[in-house]
Amino acid sequence: MGLLKAVWRHPSGRIGAAIIFIFLVLAGLGVVGLTPHDPLKQFVVDRLKPPSATYWFGTDLLGRDNFSRLMLGISESFIVAFASVAVAASAGAVIGLFAAWWGHLWDGVLMRTMDVLLAFPAILLALLIVAIEGAGMVTSIVAIGIVYTPIFARVVRAPALALKAREFVEAARTFGSSQGYILTRHLLLNLVAPLTVQITLALAWALLTESGLSFLGLGTQPPAPSLGVMLAESKSMMTRAPWLMIFPGLTIMLAILGFNLLGDALRDILDPRTQGRAA
Amino acid sequence: MSTLLEVRDLHVGFGREPRDNEVVKGVSFGLEAGKTLAIVGESGSGKSVTALSVNRLVDFGGGRITKGKITLQRADGAAIDITAADEPALQRIRGREIGMIFQEPMTSLNPVHTVGAQIEEAFRLNRGLVGAAATRAAREALERVRIPDAAQRLRYYPHQLSGGMRQRVMIAMVLASNPRLLIADEPTTALDVTVQAQIMALLAELREELGMAMIFITHDIGLVAGIADDIMVMQHGVAVEQGKLDSVLDNPQHDYTRHLLKAVPHFTSGSAVRSDGGSHAAPIVTVDNLAVRFPVLKGLFRRKTGAVHAVDGVDFELRPGETLAIVGESGSGKSTTARAILGLVKATRGRIEAKAGRSGRPVQMVFQDPYASLNPRLNVEGLLAEPAIAAGQRVDAKLRQRMVFLLERVGLTKDALSRYPHQFSGGQRQRLCIARALMLNPDVVVLDEAVSALDVSVQARVLELLIDLQREFGLAYLFISHDMAVVERIAHRVAVMYAGQIVEIGKAAAVLGAPQHSYTKRLIAAVPAIERRRQHFAVDVTQVPSLVRPAGFEPPAAKWREAGDDHRVRVEETA
Repeated sequence: MGLLKAVWRHPSGRIGAAIIFIFLVLAGLGVVGLTPHDPLKQFVVDRLKPPSATYWFGTDLLGRDNFSRLMLGISESFIVAFASVAVAASAGAVIGLFAAWWGHLWDGVLMRTMDVLLAFPAILLALLIVAIEGAGMVTSIVAIGIVYTPIFARVVRAPALALKAREFVEAARTFGSSQGYILTRHLLLNLVAPLTVQITLALAWALLTESGLSFLGLGTQPPAPSLGVMLAESKSMMTRAPWLMIFPGLTIMLAILGFNLLGDALRDILDPRTQGRAA
Repeated sequence: MSTLLEVRDLHVGFGREPRDNEVVKGVSFGLEAGKTLAIVGESGSGKSVTALSVNRLVDFGGGRITKGKITLQRADGAAIDITAADEPALQRIRGREIGMIFQEPMTSLNPVHTVGAQIEEAFRLNRGLVGAAATRAAREALERVRIPDAAQRLRYYPHQLSGGMRQRVMIAMVLASNPRLLIADEPTTALDVTVQAQIMALLAELREELGMAMIFITHDIGLVAGIADDIMVMQHGVAVEQGKLDSVLDNPQHDYTRHLLKAVPHFTSGSAVRSDGGSHAAPIVTVDNLAVRFPVLKGLFRRKTGAVHAVDGVDFELRPGETLAIVGESGSGKSTTARAILGLVKATRGRIEAKAGRSGRPVQMVFQDPYASLNPRLNVEGLLAEPAIAAGQRVDAKLRQRMVFLLERVGLTKDALSRYPHQFSGGQRQRLCIARALMLNPDVVVLDEAVSALDVSVQARVLELLIDLQREFGLAYLFISHDMAVVERIAHRVAVMYAGQIVEIGKAAAVLGAPQHSYTKRLIAAVPAIERRRQHFAVDVTQVPSLVRPAGFEPPAAKWREAGDDHRVRVEETA
């Protein structure tokens, strides 16, 4: 609770948290079906209607409510983004920690593998993985997770190397502390701040990559809407029905902005030395 | 004698509201040409800020002079008020009229240029010398600071020189401009005692040769006793006492000066060693012929071409309840010995035997830097619990009871449990480290320079605590230190290490009072002391031998000579 309060006191954290909170509420309502209209139902008489009191964000070519579809789309995209970042952060943190801790050959093998992955452009690598495994939500999560793993491995390895040489780790060895204890309490715990910042930034990228994959038809499959699917469907009607493009596009932009603002705020708050108080 | 510098009612503040955050609150002093003023105080006393105000370097650290006047008599006779001078005028004064040397010579030198190039640059900027003339001037400057083989050293990079050499290079650079005032900000704090004595002797000689005035900032009142004419003692931004050196030292008026003089560990050549404790019981730690070597790898195939003999053939015994101090300078192998005992470095050869005593881990350690040895993310409860968790105990009410008991025993309160390391001062943190080391009820505590990073008055209290704890819990201490005065207070027995070997070991009174080995004698002669301030030290340029030996090298077996009851000295080779 203290952390939420601190985020709220932080000027940019408040904006970021508000944006993400609103999107999470919309996504949650979308998942449980509390949308103004059925997102998949086609109101044939109301095709391509501009925003109005009935259809807040207008309707699409098949007469489906754009706002309801957007709510469901946000939830689809967020689920993929959160899950893939969870995959990337855990895999990357483990790889980075072990590379730093074992050193020598392990460090070389693990980090060169990460370098190879890092050499591919994110969307291309994700495309490759999806092309091998076939499109779908789980594949998207795994693909985006793999794509962002090297970044987490890098973010963890460098400070872990520095922490490994710190006197408190040496002190822990003199007590006979176990490797697992040292890795979690002395290394990982001190990496919370950089990891949190990286996680929020990666959420923004993952969201963008998911949208990209769906836009290309390799992520979420229609008729289930995701932000990328909605953008793809809107492109042929950009001039006739601009609302179909504007709202999903604005959502992606705001979500990325929100994650970034939140990440900055969390970094300021989570480091006990910057505030002179314990978080 | 004319007055060179006159400071009147100086106030310096920091932050957005400098008037409300004053660090220096009304300091006045005068300095005559060719004289030396020592500013003494503990960290946070405002001594460095005062000195940095004299050349207005304080501006770059975010400080503002809020009130007062600093008048400098320039070389051409004109007087200038530093507080009102503009930046171009200040740049002409800095370096040319006021030179400055800092505490850490490595960070003051540029690592990618040779020292020769850096000294030449100083000559080019200040005297307009270029080419061969600059090179010659640089060589002469190095000779003047007594660096042997000056012509070769010009081509060295800073990392190839020792700390003392680097500080000499810094002094050579400062001297390039013939400053009339030299500000020295703790110039020897990062150096070993014998090197410190060399630098102090050098500064004293240079001052005579060049007739420059000096402001010497230090926390060590004993150090300046031999060099200063006047002394100013600062506390909380105020000069609590100032005057002629002898009158302040022999007849201090202010309580804080008296406290400082009392707190500074005086080295009294073994006459103040502890009379309590000590024992003749069977040793609890036995170190037999310990050697630690680090391989030197060279070339494409990482061939082993030799080894650094960090520790070579060290034997000693530690008995229950006694303090064995290992003294020596950086690189002497004293810390490596401690680390080998705790298993942090692998012994190349030899035997370390620690009797299992009251707990599974009879040996615990306290490190030098209380800021680095506590995980900043764990609260005190988590920090204290670690040794117990490592030993397989559960964190329960009984364990918490022991935490509170130890916290109170080391002078902290119960509510410290939920606080984090950054909420404590350096001295308190070191108390936490001591409490943590005692969690498992050890028999032996290795204290690796455990009080060296603390201010003198804090240091004195932590030492007292350590002695009390030793009596109460019957602890044996292995006390690693470079500070002879501190060692004298706490040690029952002393081992002197030099170049990876013990050269002298025995009862503290005997080793410190009647040193036999030439290195022990040199080490003891270098200790600054108020009592010995009128002795003159010649500049001594003895270098520590290299510890890198070719592959397969074995040192000759040590020959020992008994110098008395429990006092052994290594027989010196007469080469």
